[in-house]
Amino acid sequence: MNYSVRKFDAVIVGAGGAGLRAAIQLSEAGMKTAVLTKVFPTRSHTVAAQGGVAASLGNSEEDHWHWHMYDTVKGSDWLGDQDAIEFMCRKANEVVVELEHYGMPFDRTDSGKIYQRPFGGHMSNFGEKPVRRSCAAADRTGHAMLHAMYQRNVKANTQFFVEWQALDLVRDADGEVLGVTAMDMETGEIVVFHAKATIFATGGAGRIYYSSTNAFINTGDGVGMAARAGIPLEDMEFWQFHPTGVAGAGVLITEGVRGEGGILRNAQGERFMERYAPNAKDLASRDVVSRAMVTEINEGRGCGPNKDFVLLDITHLPPETIMKRLPGIHEIAVQFAGVDALKEPIPVVPTCHYQMGGIPTNYNGQVVVPGKRTQSEIVPGFYAAGECACASVHGANRLGTNSLLDLLVFGKSAGESAVAELRAGNRTHKPLPQECIDQTLARVNRLNTQKGGANVHETRLDMQRAMQKHAGVFRFKDMLAEGVEKILGIAEQVGQTEIADKSMVFNTARIEALELDNLIEVAKATIVSANARTESRGAHVRDDAPDTPANPNGRDDANWLKHSLWYREGNRLDYKSVKLTPLSVDSIELKTRAY
Amino acid sequence: MEEERRARINRLKWHCRRALLELDLVFQRFWAREEDGLDVQAEATLARLLELEDHDLWALVSGREDTDDPQLKGMIERLRAV
Ligand SMILES: Cc1cc2nc3c(=O)[nH]c(=O)nc-3n(C[C@H](O)[C@H](O)[C@H](O)COP(=O)(O)OP(=O)(O)OC[C@H]3O[C@@H](n4cnc5c(N)ncnc54)[C@H](O)[C@@H]3O)c2cc1C
Repeated sequence: MNYSVRKFDAVIVGAGGAGLRAAIQLSEAGMKTAVLTKVFPTRSHTVAAQGGVAASLGNSEEDHWHWHMYDTVKGSDWLGDQDAIEFMCRKANEVVVELEHYGMPFDRTDSGKIYQRPFGGHMSNFGEKPVRRSCAAADRTGHAMLHAMYQRNVKANTQFFVEWQALDLVRDADGEVLGVTAMDMETGEIVVFHAKATIFATGGAGRIYYSSTNAFINTGDGVGMAARAGIPLEDMEFWQFHPTGVAGAGVLITEGVRGEGGILRNAQGERFMERYAPNAKDLASRDVVSRAMVTEINEGRGCGPNKDFVLLDITHLPPETIMKRLPGIHEIAVQFAGVDALKEPIPVVPTCHYQMGGIPTNYNGQVVVPGKRTQSEIVPGFYAAGECACASVHGANRLGTNSLLDLLVFGKSAGESAVAELRAGNRTHKPLPQECIDQTLARVNRLNTQKGGANVHETRLDMQRAMQKHAGVFRFKDMLAEGVEKILGIAEQVGQTEIADKSMVFNTARIEALELDNLIEVAKATIVSANARTESRGAHVRDDAPDTPANPNGRDDANWLKHSLWYREGNRLDYKSVKLTPLSVDSIELKTRAY
Repeated sequence: MEEERRARINRLKWHCRRALLELDLVFQRFWAREEDGLDVQAEATLARLLELEDHDLWALVSGREDTDDPQLKGMIERLRAV
């Protein structure tokens, strides 16, 4: 199989928020920068983000980055690194104002400032009361953000390779990263992008679960590529579930529906949240509502022939309210649940929404791995930002609107770090290691010649079902252990997938098979890390780690206040400590997370 | 001929990978139902529709908005029906 080589100063994989932000930094510094993306940049998943981006601008009321930092540490259930969290919260205003200068059409106050609205978990004065911190552009925040940054990149001469699929990281025997191998979807041609700096911004891998709010494109490619190149994956057991995804489809029904008076009911029609959260009821926090729903289902009070969902009821609300205050919900219910939400309740289940873990980085966006001297040694030439990376600012649980902030801040700092390295002359186009390139060629070749192998669609479905059942919202000791075996079995099948279509032009079957190679690495990392972590923390909740006076909410700081690191080779785990020391302020001390 | 059609259909299918899960799901069903019956004219209309931004496309497919373009209208109806 033939391939060619192209040289750049920097190659960025991903043109969502994180990739575009990093690219601006590099191109504007005059670096020859390539951005590879599977889909047109403004069709990246960042488009789906509506809620907004957090920044303590204080435009609507008093606010401070230190309060934001406190909320983020608490939200993370103390697993977030406090140096990175301080860095992010302090940088928030700068990156949001920059975005405004790039032309982002933020909603405005009467006096022309960026309008801010409240969002779950964001409080003033160290957890006292809700604060208006989220900046949005109507219900198209993510989309507007991508547009503004894409235009900026076009001006700065960033070279886009649209509809290219990166396949493997090129990492030599010294551990240095020298670029990626990639396939042009249009022709099937394979090219090595030889670069002095490589930045991964490939987004999340929400499609490892059967029920997911993520678009099909979110297959964790960067995370899978990193794992195959020997980079450990950090905190992969932590996935945020949104309580109300449409059963069977995953499409997100916003929290606003419960805000307007929507009620969750079980098969008996009971408003079960009254038992779990007598005060907040249906408006309790995401993880509390999700767990209550799963408990109802597990105890046999689920609805439908398989008793596997609960109902979100808005039939008691006036139709005008629904149509006016909750636009889009009626259409989603008709399309994906086949119900008229004005007359019948909507079947919903807790649905995978966000990947907290990922490729380990420091707050400069540099990828770090345990080495001979320290727990966090820089991998030369390699950077990551956005949902594929773990800085770690979200720890065990992300606050809404903090991920758009994450991708702006760390996209920028990854770009800045790369520019600094390039300017210092520290990076050259080192010779490419042939073994790495051969690995990609062998992978593609195997797919093209495999006979009697596994069906891609069915294998992916097996993986998704197994993940949903064994490593969902609520986790059980025996189920996790069983799940590890199941996923390892499915991984064998993934190594033998077969595609019927062997054509070259936009061969979607091949693209999906190559994506599955990445998804399965994420699934393995998730279930193995979850099985090992015998406490409950943030989004990782185990039945055998219950709430006790010694371990409130099941959190076991004595043994588990540490980051998991999963290595593909040997399917083994290692751990590193959480950075509890911020950059300039006092550490936010451990407390029970209660709202 | 057959090969050319395969390439065209594959390209369209990839362009149906969108940023919104809502659209992914609609297109998934669409291809399962309509792939064999898609003629060249319909392919061209679909290609035109796929140029739209995701939020605009979803507004049309979900019925929240309408278009006056008769060709697009026909394709949107097929998408709604799946
Ligand atoms: C429904 C929904 C609503 C959300 N709302 C909010 C919100 O209001 N506020 C908030 O802060 N967060 C929100 N989030 C989370 C947030 O949207 C994401 O975490 C964030 O957009 C991820 O951005 P990213 O740049 O890391 O990746 P993405 O935007 O997912 O971009 C990934 C990029 O990588 C490219 N890529 C991937 N693999 C490859 C490959 N192999 N080769 C080449 N290119 C590749 C893709 O083409 C794409 O360009 C929401 C998430 C969902 C699902």
